[in-house]
Amino acid sequence: MKVTFPHMGNIYVLVKTLFDELGIEYVIPPMCNKRTLEIGAKYAPEMACLPLKINIGNFIQAMEQGADTIVITGGCGPCRFGYYAEMHREILRDLGYDIEIIALELNDKGIKELLEKMKKLFGGKIASSAIPLYRALKALIQMDKLEALSYVVRAREKEKGATDRIIDEFHKKIKSVYGCKNIVKLIEDTKLMLLRLPLDSGHKPLRIGLVGEIYTLVEPFTNLGIDRLLGNMGVEVNRSLYLSEWIIEHIIKGGLKIRKKQLFQTEAEPYLKTPIGGHAQETLGHSVIYAKQHYDGIIQIYPLTCMPEIVADSILPQIRKDFNIPVMTLIVDEMTGEAGYMTRIDAFVDMLLRKNMTKEKASEALFFRN
Amino acid sequence: MSIKLGLPRALLYYEYMPLWKTFFESLGAQIVVSQKTNKSMFDQGAKYCVNEACLPLKIFHAHAASLREKADFIFIPRLRSIKRYEYICPKFTGLPDMIRSSIPDLPPIIDTEINLHKDKSKLMDAFFEAGSFFTADRGEIKSAYQKAVAEHKRYLAQMQKGSLVNDILERKETPQNGDLKIGVMGHMYNLYDEYANISVMKKLLQEKVKITTPEMISQEIIDKKAEQMPKKLFWSFARKLMGAAIYFTEKKNVDGVIYLMSFGCGIDSFIAELCERRLRKSGIPFCLLVLDEHSGQAGVNTRIEAFLDMLRWRRDDESYFSPYGKYLCLGKDPV
Repeated sequence: MKVTFPHMGNIYVLVKTLFDELGIEYVIPPMCNKRTLEIGAKYAPEMACLPLKINIGNFIQAMEQGADTIVITGGCGPCRFGYYAEMHREILRDLGYDIEIIALELNDKGIKELLEKMKKLFGGKIASSAIPLYRALKALIQMDKLEALSYVVRAREKEKGATDRIIDEFHKKIKSVYGCKNIVKLIEDTKLMLLRLPLDSGHKPLRIGLVGEIYTLVEPFTNLGIDRLLGNMGVEVNRSLYLSEWIIEHIIKGGLKIRKKQLFQTEAEPYLKTPIGGHAQETLGHSVIYAKQHYDGIIQIYPLTCMPEIVADSILPQIRKDFNIPVMTLIVDEMTGEAGYMTRIDAFVDMLLRKNMTKEKASEALFFRN
Repeated sequence: MSIKLGLPRALLYYEYMPLWKTFFESLGAQIVVSQKTNKSMFDQGAKYCVNEACLPLKIFHAHAASLREKADFIFIPRLRSIKRYEYICPKFTGLPDMIRSSIPDLPPIIDTEINLHKDKSKLMDAFFEAGSFFTADRGEIKSAYQKAVAEHKRYLAQMQKGSLVNDILERKETPQNGDLKIGVMGHMYNLYDEYANISVMKKLLQEKVKITTPEMISQEIIDKKAEQMPKKLFWSFARKLMGAAIYFTEKKNVDGVIYLMSFGCGIDSFIAELCERRLRKSGIPFCLLVLDEHSGQAGVNTRIEAFLDMLRWRRDDESYFSPYGKYLCLGKDPV
């Protein structure tokens, strides 16, 4: 059994650590690239959202390298993600691939089915897989912290491109490092390297909050590395969603039903009363939090036709009005062109800089749309 | 004077109109239904909606905006789940919030939450909440509810007899003759809003087609067929469509299927694909019409006519080969 999985930002660090510890053979699909998307866009339904298309590309590329089993997570709605596994199965089967898909999810029939699937995947050792799971999750938390640190450092670095170099080097190295201990050590080392970079202490960076759908936020291929783009313009970005948080909140706490109400939910409630699936409430709640923390601007990113984010998108103007904070919405799909995308980000940052320069609050807030 | 309650003629109107109307009217409300969708109304109202939304949602915005000065309240329920362990599209859940923040100067919205995902007994609470705007008497609400449910059941029964929803609401007979039987699938707000689907239904009836819709299949059959999916479909509307598609493939009781899908519909992006794959495999011709505000009458008519022609040729001439071999390969002598 050679297991593969879809890419989603840093998730491969978690899966790699886990499978290393458990001794399961795995294939990391090639990092998302143009060909991944081309394959995906060709075989996935036209109107499906971008993550599904990239997943299909990931799987086919991994199968070219010998993978024969796919492991993914799922859910039971109302977001489309819950039916991804079925779509994958249908599409790959019709293409003639002989592949097994293991969807780890809790459904209305209870936990038994999940345990059986885990047994199949882990070779019968469920109890002894708890510690590796815990370790892998810890590695992902470290990884996400490293990424958050890089956002702070990148905006202030003296030598432009130094942060990018260190992070690139890290992603190259991690593929040839095995086991939780070594991976965590590599993350720690990279962290120290970042902390040792000389910083420009006089630079007061603009602060932009990133909100939106989680996949397009955490997967740099889909958002064309917006965190880097902004960081290299000297902007400090803050991302509202991290994978480790999502896994802890949704899968672990949600599964055990001990999830507490979070700050973003309280802040989002005046605008959107109930959770509607996906990350609509997160988007609205975090936007309010950013506005209250006096961020300079907010950028929302989501894949075309994403149902929950469209709802959030239509309510965001209200938040923009209430807090007088500039908001820009970026919608990505396989047709996103780099030049147009860059121009819009450039213009947005320019506007924010100008607004700060004049030290006057512009009477009319800015709101950009596609 | 009685309270005027506005009902937008869009989205779930076609599904629940008799239920809502009976319920609120028995509580003494005066129901104001927005006009049928037309171009000027759409142009005036859809500008309030985000660009990325699907056509039915834009139409809903237009209807809500058109009720601005005509009603004291607007009824936009927050539907999250209408059956245990099932959901409906996330946009419906956020609908009252969307409308409230994007259309200015609206009358107050009655946004009762209906969420039966975990607990079926919540339904009565929802009716009590909606009814409390009109009366404080819980007994009265209860009897109105019972009347409304009876009306709704009658409505469902009429649909299963083969009448189209618009004909039931307008108390007309649906023509039952026709030489072709076509399954027309899609969400009800796409099938029965003539502006949204550019009169596809009318066109089909003109072309002497007998229409079958998922509403005409009984709920038990739908549920049984939808269970065949390897993973439970958790959207109620998707179950209905998928169940109908599987029913068509098994019974082979339609000559072809036309699927009306709105551009950018999240659920249909998966379900239309799954239906198409299944119908194709069983040899039932499938035609997908994607609707948005830019669809043109001529283009849609051409596609429907071509589809129907193909079906009729197939029925009449499929096994026909010219006995005079020369015409099989033009310009050359037959081998």
